[in-house]
This record gives sequence, C-alpha cells and structure tokens, in this order.
Amino acid sequence: MAERAHPARSRDETAAQIRHLLETEGEAVHAHSSTMSARQAQIYDETDDIETLRTDARAIKEDAIDRLPELLETVREAVEANGGTVYVAEDAADANAYVADVVDDRADGRDDVADAPSVVKSKSMTTEEIDLNEALERDGIDVYETDLGEWVLQVADDTPSHIVGPAMHLSREEIAELFTERFDPDEEFETAAQLTEFARDYLGERIREADVGITGANFVVAETGTMALVTNEGNARKCAVTPDTHVAIAGVEKLLPSVRDLEPFVDLIAKSATGQPISQYVTMLTPPTASPTLDFAAPDAPIAGTDADALSAGTEPDREFHLVLLDNGRLDMREDDQLRETLYCVRCGACSNSCVNFQSVGGHAFGGETYSGGIATGWEAGVHGQDSAAEFNDLCTGCSQCVNACPVKIDIPWINTVVKDRINREGDAESYDFLVDGLTPDAETDTSGLDSGKRFFGNISTVAKLGSATAPVSNWLAETGLVRTLLESTLGIDRRRDLPTFQRESLVDWFEAQGGVAASRRRAERAASHANAADVGREAVLYPDVYTNYVDTDRGKAAVRTLEALGVPVSVPDLPESGRAPLSQGMIATADRQASRLYGAVAEDLDAGRDLVVIEPSDLAAFHREYERLLPTRSFERLRDNSYEVCHYVYGLLENGTDADALATADGGTDDQGEPIAYHSHCQQRTLGLEAPTTALLERCGYAPRTSSVECCGMAGSFGYKQEYYELSMDVGNRLAQEFESAETVVASGTSCGDQLETLLERDVSHPIELLAPDR
Amino acid sequence: MTIDTVGRFERALESLEVGIERVPAADATERIAAAIDDPAVGVPLPFDGVSQPDAVTTAPTAGELERARTGVTPAQFGIAEYGTVAIRSTAAGNEPVSLYPDYHVAIVAASDVVPDLGAGFDRLEKHFADRESIVFATGRSATADMGDLVHGVHGPGTVSVMVVEDR
Ligand code: SF4
Repeated sequence: MAERAHPARSRDETAAQIRHLLETEGEAVHAHSSTMSARQAQIYDETDDIETLRTDARAIKEDAIDRLPELLETVREAVEANGGTVYVAEDAADANAYVADVVDDRADGRDDVADAPSVVKSKSMTTEEIDLNEALERDGIDVYETDLGEWVLQVADDTPSHIVGPAMHLSREEIAELFTERFDPDEEFETAAQLTEFARDYLGERIREADVGITGANFVVAETGTMALVTNEGNARKCAVTPDTHVAIAGVEKLLPSVRDLEPFVDLIAKSATGQPISQYVTMLTPPTASPTLDFAAPDAPIAGTDADALSAGTEPDREFHLVLLDNGRLDMREDDQLRETLYCVRCGACSNSCVNFQSVGGHAFGGETYSGGIATGWEAGVHGQDSAAEFNDLCTGCSQCVNACPVKIDIPWINTVVKDRINREGDAESYDFLVDGLTPDAETDTSGLDSGKRFFGNISTVAKLGSATAPVSNWLAETGLVRTLLESTLGIDRRRDLPTFQRESLVDWFEAQGGVAASRRRAERAASHANAADVGREAVLYPDVYTNYVDTDRGKAAVRTLEALGVPVSVPDLPESGRAPLSQGMIATADRQASRLYGAVAEDLDAGRDLVVIEPSDLAAFHREYERLLPTRSFERLRDNSYEVCHYVYGLLENGTDADALATADGGTDDQGEPIAYHSHCQQRTLGLEAPTTALLERCGYAPRTSSVECCGMAGSFGYKQEYYELSMDVGNRLAQEFESAETVVASGTSCGDQLETLLERDVSHPIELLAPDR
Repeated sequence: MTIDTVGRFERALESLEVGIERVPAADATERIAAAIDDPAVGVPLPFDGVSQPDAVTTAPTAGELERARTGVTPAQFGIAEYGTVAIRSTAAGNEPVSLYPDYHVAIVAASDVVPDLGAGFDRLEKHFADRESIVFATGRSATADMGDLVHGVHGPGTVSVMVVEDR
C-alpha cells in the first residue's frame, strides 16, 4: 500500500517512487480513470446545454465566494431557526475537538455505557483533510467508514488515491485478498458481488448501532440551511437519518446562496465525476429532518411515533444536527487572487481523470497530504501549505486537458503555474552551478529557489540559439557520454532521451536567403495567377518558434511553401520567444516580460492587418490562453483574434475558395475513401478545439485521418526530458504509440509529440503541413 | 402540451433497469399487492382512492423494517428527464422505508411527473421554503468500489415505479 509522499525528495527518489507506483497501482488507476474520463467527455458532448450549465455554475460560485462572509451569517440563522447548530471551525484541531465533544455528549446520554461510542461516516474528503478519524479514535471513539471504497482503505490502512474513487488503485483481487486475510470468512471472497454483500451486512450493522452519523456535504444552501449529499451507494442517506445525531462537515466554500443555485450543480456533478447523467441519490436535507430516528435496539417499537401524521412532516423527532463549516485556510485563499478559483471546485475529480499523468500513477504520486490530481495543487497550497503542493506539482505538464473537463471552468494549469512560481521563489539556494549561470533571466530576480533544470528549460531559446550557432559541433558534443552525464547530473536531463538536433541554418536565415518578404510576395503572386485565382488579400507573419526556427526547420519551410502556393505572401521575422518555456517552469515574471516583447514585436504587423500564423500549438495556446493573464486586455484580444494555427489557417483559405490543387494532395484525393493516415493533434491544441480543422484539411486533401484517443503524448515539452519523469513520460507515450503502431503514415502537430512518437515508433513523424506542402 | 412526459419518464426508467407500470387509480392497490415481495413495509399513500394493500405493514417497527424485502412509498413527484423519483422525509418514515429494504416500490401520480430537472426545482423551492428534506432517487443503489459494478449496496438493489393515472 502506498505511503504518503514526503517532502524534498531527490530526483532518484522521485523516479523510484513513480516507477513503483507505475508497477503497483498504475494499471488499476488507468483502467478506472480513463473510462470515467471517456464517459465524462461523451456525456458533455451529448448534453445540449452543457456550456450554459458550466457558465452558470461558475457564475454562481464566483458570486458565492464573493459573498461568503454574508452567506455564513445567513446559513447560521437558517440552521439555528431549524433547531440545528452551526460551528465555524478555524482549523483541523478546532473542528476535530468540536466533533469529539458532540459524540461524547451523545454517548453519555445512552443507557448502555459499556460499549465505546461509535460513529458511522459517509465519504468526505474534508474529514480526510483534518484527519478526523484519527482524532476521534484517539478519543476512544470507534469510527466506521461506510462508503465501500473508503472502508476498503480503512481496512487496508491506506489513503485515498482519488477524490471520487478513493480505492481506485486497488484491484478486485487485491481487495478480495485483503478481506479474506482480515475477516477470515468461511468461503473465500472472489466476486465483487460477494465482497459487496459482505460489506453491506457488516456496515449495515455498524450503521444500525451507531451513536452519531457523520457526513460531508457537497453543497449547503445558505438561505434554507439545506445540504445536498451526492452519492451512488445510499450510505450517506443512512448515516444522516439513522442515528439520532447527524454531524455534517464541509468547507466554508460549499455554501450557495439559494435553492435555485443548486440546480446546475445537481445537473453537472455526476456528469463530470463519473459520466452518469445524474447520480443515484441527491439527498437534500434540511436538518433536523422529519424522518423518525431508528432504534434497532428496540425492534418491537414502531419507527414512527404513534402520533405521527403520516401525510405531513409531523412533529419533530428527537434529532440533533450540527453543521461544522471548516475554514482551515479557505478564507485566506479567498483573499488570494490566484488561489481563489480553487474554491469554485466541486471536487468531482474530472480533472484527475482527464490527466494522462494521473491516469498512469494515480493520486499517491500526483497528490499531497489529502487532495490529488491537478486541482490538488490549489487545495494543498491553501489548506496544508506550499510544501505539500511542491511534492507533486511538477506532475502537471500544463497539457490543459483538464480545462474542458472542469464543470466550473477552473484554469487548473494556471493555478499550477502560479504555485510553481511561488515554490521557485521560496526554495533553497542551489549550489554552485556553472552550466546555467548566466541563464537566469533578469526578470526572475529572486531566483534562489529556482532549480537549475528549470532555469535551463525556462530559457531554452538561449540554449537553442547557442546550439544552432555552434552546430554541428553542438550536436556531436551533445551525444558524447561525458556531456550526457553532465546534463543528467546538473540539469536532470535523462540520458536515455534523444536530444533535439540543431540546424546550422535557422528558419529565419533560410527565409532571408530565399529573398525575404519581397521574394515571397512575388512567389505568392505568381502562384495566384497560375491558379487563376483571385487575390486572397491576406498576408501572413509566420511565427518562428524556437523549435521550428532552430531544430525542425523543415516544417517551417513547408509552411512557407504552402502559404505562398495558396497566394499568401509570408514574412518570417526573428520574433522573441513566446514565454511558453518559462511558463512551463513556473517562471511567470520572465514569461510576462516575453509576452510584452512578443506583442511589441508583432503589433505593427497586426495593425497592418497581417495574420500571425503559428506552427507550434503550445505557442498558440500561450497567445490564446495564458496571455490573458500577462497582457493588457486589448492587446491580448488583438493578438488572440489575429493569430492562427497553421493548418486551421490553411483550411480557412480553402474554405474561402482557394484551390486545394496547389497542395500536395494524396492520390486517393477524389475517391470516397482517402488515404489512411494517423494523426495526433496536440494536447493544448485540442483544448482550443483545433483538432477538427486539421482533420478537415487532411480530408480535403485526400486523406482519411484517424485521430488518437489518447490526449497527450506524455512528453509535454520539457517534462519528458527530466530524469525523474522519464519512465512516466514513456508510459503515457506508449499508450499513444500502441494506437498508431499499425498505421503506415503518422503525423503530429506538436514538436514534443513528434519527438515522442518518433522515439517510440522508430520512424519519421512529421507535421501535417509537411505532407501537404507542394515541392518547389 | 403534446410532449409525452410520462412516456419520457418510462423510457428513462427503462434505461436505468427500473420497472415501470402505469395503473388507473382504481387498480393501484391491487397492482401494488401483485408487485411486492413479502415481507413488505410501507407508509400511507396520499392518492385519492389508493391505499396500501393488506400485505404491506404500515407503521412498521424497527425490526419489521430491518426484515422487510419490500418498501412501498409515495413519491412527491417524478422527473421524466432522468427517471428520478423525489422522496420526501416525513415523520411516517418515507425515507427509511424507501431506503432500507432491498426492493423499493415508488408510487407517483401521473400528474406529478414533471419534464425536467428545472421543473423539479420549481417544485423543490416550495418544499425547501417549508424546511423539508427531499431525496432525488434515480435508479438503484450502485457501487464499483469492489472492482465491478454491483447494485444494492446500502440502498435498494431493485426499484419499481408505479405511475397512477388519476383521471
Ligand atoms: S477542479 Fe474542476 S474538474 Fe477538478 S475536481 Fe474541482 S470541479 Fe472537478
């Protein structure tokens, strides 16, 4: 069973832990989480008003968190008017002490004081956060988890590895073995049905005997004091209504203003969590509820008092209700402009399921003290402090798959970037480091904690410029054992990974050698007149991202040829790096400065009505997503509205009447069938909804593209180069490679995707534009 | 309205593998008697001309609740979109009777079947204003925590809905 991670591990230790989890828990986690992710995506697709629902849900959360102090007052009044109690607990110790008091009080009033007081619990991450079980047990109280997954973990003395499916990392065989060993049944457990039946009986008895029922709360309606519990098993209902005392524990962020505000969440939460249309039980309790308490120790007494008027709510039974609202850092998160969004999270786990790294290693690697997956960074930083977040935060590669899965549209990668940035700024000073001295950009002034590898990858443009200027020497050098050893020990670049090969002539230089803008204009005009086509009237600035400019110049050249062939004159100016590389290392100040530089460098072209055409999807994603945080709104919108992914752009030209014959179409072009081809989009490109235009373009050009179902190649930029993540990167990459193994031609839009696939498939993988570009 | 709300409700329930039967009010008592497995517990039904059959023990004791195979309760309303029944907590024990036995028979008036979740919330507002508790129950209790999907963990593993046509 996994142990919680401990802080400040070395690269080797991290690598060893990841390897161990890949072997022990990876398979089970992958099976469950990838299935849930697929179901979530499918049901989002099938839900007509999904975008409205998500927008509404987010707006309600924004408003609720904004008005949180006021809602706390409202809910207190409502619950007290109903006859219950509200306690706002400052931290874990405060909350635990309060609950222990309630349980002790209740047990004191019993007739039979021989047994220890007992509590039945329904799954609650909030009580995991405060380690409630341990606290109650220390107080001599018996605690039983009643959610089956949570109970398995209790028996196994293990910790949850997923917000929604806590025991997802254990297979049925492992559970059967565990239970057989622990409970010594007459017949060995084999099937899930046998295990479930055993659990039902065992836990049913605990519930019937319990003094107090403890639940979480998915949402709390301030206006009426109603709480919503969302479950599939029914245990939350039993825990809440069977004993005469119910304690509900929820973070303060769970408050919603009114009944109506519950609606989009009830509609969304199961869709996001498990891909079900709605969960089996949405229990909306306004405690103390009218239900009679159940005393199974007195089996002959009617459950309802004789005076209970069956058709009305009736007289109130002897019930006690306590709502414990936990702060534990949340009110500070509310004041934090970057972490506040975390409080909108409804803990559905969709982000975890959609994350390929999570799918491979699960929450025991990709999580902190309590929470796991992408959003755990925000939660852990807020409730347990940055150190807890630092343990796993690097596992977010910024692929952004989670962004479209999140029902409240939280920009999870951004929260991860922000926390990386904060960790960079507070860490220990790195020891003397000759290789990367001089690589620290001046924008990151306080870089004492910035690890050398991060500095290296964050400044990859400087490295690439140098590498290109000294190619081929730099390439030969990079392949020597000595250099690889050095790169590994100083920068953590895994020696098993092929390094990019720098071109001696950059794309920008090549373009100048071809005659620059003037020659491009002539070529474009010639092409337009050949095709007898009308002047398309567009001009493009091709963005020479670091890789296209220094490493994969072929795809840049192909883009130039394609655009010119379609009558679009091109310029390829030497533009600043987008800031993508420093962003991925959490170097926000550097990225911010580069965003401004880049905008300054293209502003004139944009003013002149030229289009910025981008080849590397991650750079386009920076322009379309992250720049919103880095540039003034008007600049951001201007850049976003005038920058295009290259295949999308070309498809747009064809859609507007330009003739596809100018391109290198597949032979089967006119057949219905098309030439089969495998195409892997790029994670960030997919988030932007830009997979479809490339597929459509390929189809227009006579291909029959098959797209990958795996959303990320696992390399995600610098991630896969890092020693500690090499195996994980390959594990993810292998799933993609397996899908494409039998395909004759494979193309990919991103550089790292292409590199990863080339390594795994041991053959060439080019950019789709290289396939379509005409020869000159 | 021409949209067949009850028809939509039926289809949703079928896809949840929940039994569904439409019965005229006059036949309801008899049909309930035919549907249940012994021993059965229940709470009084608020529909005109419909009562619990003799085989159903109303005002059950805790022991009878524990031993019951079937629980028969009214539903406050149904939501066609999802095949949901809304069970209100009452002092008579609608909640435990619908929850403890492995087989739950929910009785809902055809006129109380609303088209979608939004319409369900319209109804809910009134109940919440009266500080009531309601559960939206959709299908059968389920878990996949033991490795495969299994029904009937803590809640009922079999559910039937009877729609009373109260013309
Ligand atoms: S961040 Fe979004 S997707 Fe992730 S658990 Fe929270 S609500 Fe769900």
